[in-house]
Amino acid sequence: MFWKRKKTDVTEQEIYADLSKKFGDKILEFMEEGTHNPTVIVEADQIGKIVSYLKDDERFQFDSLMNLAGHDPGAESELSVIYHLYSTELKHYITLKVFTSREEAVVASVANIYQTANWHEREAFDLYGIKFDGHPDLKRILLEDDWEGFPLRKDYVPAEFYRGMRIEKVK
Amino acid sequence: MGALNHKFNENILITSLDKLLNWSRSGSEWYFQFGLACCAIEMMSAAAARHDLERFGAMPRSSPRQADVMIVAGTVTLKMATRVKRLYEQMAEPKYVISMGSCSNSGGPYWQHGYHVLKGVDQIIPVDIYIPGCPPRPEALIEGLMHLQKKMREEHVLEKKED
Ligand code: SF4
Repeated sequence: MFWKRKKTDVTEQEIYADLSKKFGDKILEFMEEGTHNPTVIVEADQIGKIVSYLKDDERFQFDSLMNLAGHDPGAESELSVIYHLYSTELKHYITLKVFTSREEAVVASVANIYQTANWHEREAFDLYGIKFDGHPDLKRILLEDDWEGFPLRKDYVPAEFYRGMRIEKVK
Repeated sequence: MGALNHKFNENILITSLDKLLNWSRSGSEWYFQFGLACCAIEMMSAAAARHDLERFGAMPRSSPRQADVMIVAGTVTLKMATRVKRLYEQMAEPKYVISMGSCSNSGGPYWQHGYHVLKGVDQIIPVDIYIPGCPPRPEALIEGLMHLQKKMREEHVLEKKED
């Protein structure tokens, strides 16, 4: 029974150590304090390789991407993308994070590794303007195609009108 | 009734026709179900067994061509607003609009910082009845429909309904 299967003993530290051994300086940092989940910070253009390694390796078997989210901590800082991986076989989690610049936000796509990522990446593109290199169909998912700007960025200023409809109420 | 607008004087025939038309219209408010957000749940429950809108002759329709009343129930996003307008235009005259809930009245919880929400559906289509609440209870919707019935009964066939 799947719920009786033993949790493996692989810890986040071990995953980090293994990744550092394999990918060297592409793995930037390991964060344990001040985050909900222990997080491995990696290079933005290497995320695809790292994720498919974690997915295929016998010891990790991260077969599920639970969530992929864009994040903007403030108008002065870099944008980031966060990946929550889970192994339905071995019942362990890991969180990965990449940073990318605000002006030219490009991150490697993982949509061909996890199908789930397809729409998640489109959402992050739609609301944060992060481009996913290698995504099969990168276009807006929630807003209209002719929308201007990326509304969840902290420095976003809403336009006055959208197709002739006033957006903010005049007092 | 634009063609007959003020062509005849009021007489017993016209007033009887008024009565007949208004009675039949107000007795069959077929509404276009426009469930856009949480308010739609209350609209559904108003139509369901306990409150049973059909006892007033109000029946949900899924096509604008068959509907007399459009109940805008929920958050009108800017993306949806263009569709709301088009569907309103596709409805046959005479047509009425009920704006249900704070969202479609004025933007509701999204009145500020709601970059994607239209601040009131009356910006794009004429609204007859506003129902306050977040969400309004089914009783409130029924009262709104009854107010609309009252409005319908006061109409004259020879006068164009002004928007
Ligand atoms: S008015 Fe309230 S209940 Fe109705 S759609 Fe808006 S948020 Fe939901």
